[in-house]
Amino acid sequence: MNNEGVIGTQTDVGHVHAAHHDHDGDHHHHHETFISKYIFSMDHKMIAKQFLITGMVWAIIGGLMSVLFRMQLGYPGESFPILETLLGKWAKGGTITPEAYYALVTTHGTVLVFFVLTAGLSGTFANFLIPLQIGARDMASPFMNMLSYWFFFAAGVVMLSSIFVETGPFSGGWTAYPPLSALGSASPGSKTGMDLWLISMALFVVSSLLGGLNYIATILNMRTKGMSMTRLPLTIWALFFTAILGVLSFPVLLSGFILLIFDRNFGTSFYLSDIFIQGVGALPNEGGSAILYQHLFWFLGHPEVYIIILPAMGIVSEVMSTNARKPIFGYMAMLGSLFAIAVLAFVVWAHHMFVSGLNPFLGSFFVLLTLLIAVPSAIKVFNWLTTLWRGNLRFTAGMLYSIGFVSMFISGGLTGIFLGNSALDIHLHDTYFIIAHFHIVMGVAGIFGMYAGIYHWFPKMFGRYLNNTLSYIHFWVTLAGAYLIFWPMHYEGLAGMPRRYYDYSNWESFKQFVGLNQFITIVAIIVFATQLLFLFNFFYSMYKGRKVTSQNPWGSNTLEWTTPINPGHGNWVGEIPEVHRWAYDYGKDGHDYISQTTPVGADESRH
Amino acid sequence: MATTAITTDTKWWGGGKSPFNVEYGKLMMWYFLMSDAFTFGAFLIAYGTIRFSSTGWPDPNEVFQSFPGLGSGLPLMFVSLMTFILIISSVTMVLAVRAGHERNKAAVVKYLFWTIIGGIAFLSCQAWEWHHLHEEGAWWGRNPFVNQDGTASSTNFTNFFFTITGFHGFHVFSGVVINIIMLIMAMTDTFERRGHYLMIEKAGLYWHFVDLVWVFVFTCFYLI
Ligand code: HEM
Ligand SMILES: [Cu+2]
Repeated sequence: MNNEGVIGTQTDVGHVHAAHHDHDGDHHHHHETFISKYIFSMDHKMIAKQFLITGMVWAIIGGLMSVLFRMQLGYPGESFPILETLLGKWAKGGTITPEAYYALVTTHGTVLVFFVLTAGLSGTFANFLIPLQIGARDMASPFMNMLSYWFFFAAGVVMLSSIFVETGPFSGGWTAYPPLSALGSASPGSKTGMDLWLISMALFVVSSLLGGLNYIATILNMRTKGMSMTRLPLTIWALFFTAILGVLSFPVLLSGFILLIFDRNFGTSFYLSDIFIQGVGALPNEGGSAILYQHLFWFLGHPEVYIIILPAMGIVSEVMSTNARKPIFGYMAMLGSLFAIAVLAFVVWAHHMFVSGLNPFLGSFFVLLTLLIAVPSAIKVFNWLTTLWRGNLRFTAGMLYSIGFVSMFISGGLTGIFLGNSALDIHLHDTYFIIAHFHIVMGVAGIFGMYAGIYHWFPKMFGRYLNNTLSYIHFWVTLAGAYLIFWPMHYEGLAGMPRRYYDYSNWESFKQFVGLNQFITIVAIIVFATQLLFLFNFFYSMYKGRKVTSQNPWGSNTLEWTTPINPGHGNWVGEIPEVHRWAYDYGKDGHDYISQTTPVGADESRH
Repeated sequence: MATTAITTDTKWWGGGKSPFNVEYGKLMMWYFLMSDAFTFGAFLIAYGTIRFSSTGWPDPNEVFQSFPGLGSGLPLMFVSLMTFILIISSVTMVLAVRAGHERNKAAVVKYLFWTIIGGIAFLSCQAWEWHHLHEEGAWWGRNPFVNQDGTASSTNFTNFFFTITGFHGFHVFSGVVINIIMLIMAMTDTFERRGHYLMIEKAGLYWHFVDLVWVFVFTCFYLI
């Protein structure tokens, strides 16, 4: 990864600078080698960058996969020589085989959900922001933090290697339902590919536990003097709840996976019963339940979608308030709704299983609980809108992405209310309506939150600015493209077009969508190319971008902007500042902004 | 910490100190234990759903009735001994933690040693029981026992038994390893140099948790 050398020269400046002053601080430096500084780093800022760049690599891999399978969906059966060049025997003659198609869809889903939107998003921003915004020199345990990254890295290596095995990677969907995932003989992807998938995911669970425990302990224990819990920026609150969700739900997934490993390799029947499978025959198993797996999976799976969206919500609240030059509207309501979402996230999982054979009576409770989530979600949306209302808006790229996030979250949240009704879900389940719903509300909104964070904190990460023109092009094309790709999928889903099919052209009823599917594919390619533009902007600006010359370029209240422009390991030169107020005193008493470190004046109005 | 005078109006949540007055490692241990409780919870709930959707289940008094050296016909005797050993090891762990508070190195070493012996004894008992069941033809995917009503039983009885007690045994094993590390650190004066024995407390929390989990595992597999 040659770009790490580039980050190197970047932070070197700050390092020398900080190390020089550090002698009068209480933090002392020892000599750092290339390995200890860039590879096995224990500095939370460097670990954040490692998470970010690894996440970006996975975003490119996963995104490219979606372009490939969209080519099959838009132009079924047509031959594209480039596909054979890229995929070899998986696209003989330039047409993707059905096995390869399913493998691509599965890997795309797994990688984007876990590696990009979980590790890439909360891994990056939890590591970067928690110590900086609560006023700590580093995480509670820098060593565990480093381990967390390397377990994630190892998970990635195993996942990547599964792409190259003879029988291909796992191909049964990111949810990995048995019996398909439990029986090696059921499909090529369920052989070695599935074993590697499980190993990779187990490593990922370990990584997320190590990270999550650290985030929780750091936020609770290491806040600087005066930083009471209700003075924390909303980013930190969001990351706190995210960590708790992860710590309590990933272990259940792990249990589910352990049972699956036994079913695959040791002749057990946890998920398998006496069913008949084409190509395999009657199974000798008895007494297991495939639905059991679905319960265990979705007990993680639903909190997981909030693990993805909560950090994005936190970032958006922070970026939006800063760039509206107004306090966030309803801080306590924001906090309460984060809490309500975190609690409700644990008790709605079966809404993914309305048509699985779940008892409809039980289903009705899950309908109620699911629809309840709309309440805190709506509170948040209204608070963002009222934060914007009559604000002194500065349309930085980070701000645009924050507004885009709110738009996406509304659009996708509303379709969630359709799906939360178990009667409507009979029609909508496993159609393109679901694809539209979760890509808009989670996929695109999550990525938008991530972009908002990157654009906003890039100056803090690298001491330089991203190029504005490229940022605006990137935003507008991505926003328009995302709607053009996913909005029409609602219509396809309402018309009954099922998800996870290789070729729809054989159905008379779906012939009406041939043109639409081609359109979606073309837009997807354009949007993907635009992300490469962002990538160029990112790496170019990292060492050629305009230099940051002032400590607090956005006029922000939070603590990270009180550190040197390129903070060294330990963040603050000298004492850690004390905090005297909340993070949202914007436009107060005629001041544009008042940093958290400013003592409350005697004649200051109280809010 | 020692220099902070604790007045009545200390703002525990105001920043600059730990709200629970504990070091970060202990906080992490508590959260880890919650997380681990969910792992075991998931296993036991999975066990419960499968068991109650099955038509029958073997009688634990029939299955677990052997004692090494004494033959069979002694229902639940051996597992009672195992449970007793584990509970005693929890008591010695409490004593080790207390000795740590008093900074009494000799007592720490003594009680840690007995805790480790208890853990190893439990694991040996488990090894014997597994071996014995294996001799009788039980294993993952193989169940020689019949249901209480005499009908053929599904293999899920043994599947769950070996998976969950195995997972618990793995936890006991990790606990023993942790305790051995603690013992070595205590004997080499590492804690004396640090001026406190807080690490022992964290190991103790883990050990008690593993004990507590056994109570649930024991109830689910041997009693009901
Ligand atoms: C008002 C809020 C929401 C409601 C009522 C809701 C409801 C639902 C329901 C009932 C399903 C299952 C549909 C089916 O498979 O038949 C579903 C799927 C899904 N939702 Fe939501 N949702 C909401 C918000 C969200 C949010 C905020 C996210 C993510 C951040 C999200 C992510 C997903 C995902 C990933 C799936 C599909 C997973 C799959 O089957 O592959 N949803 N939603
Ligand atoms: Cu859900």
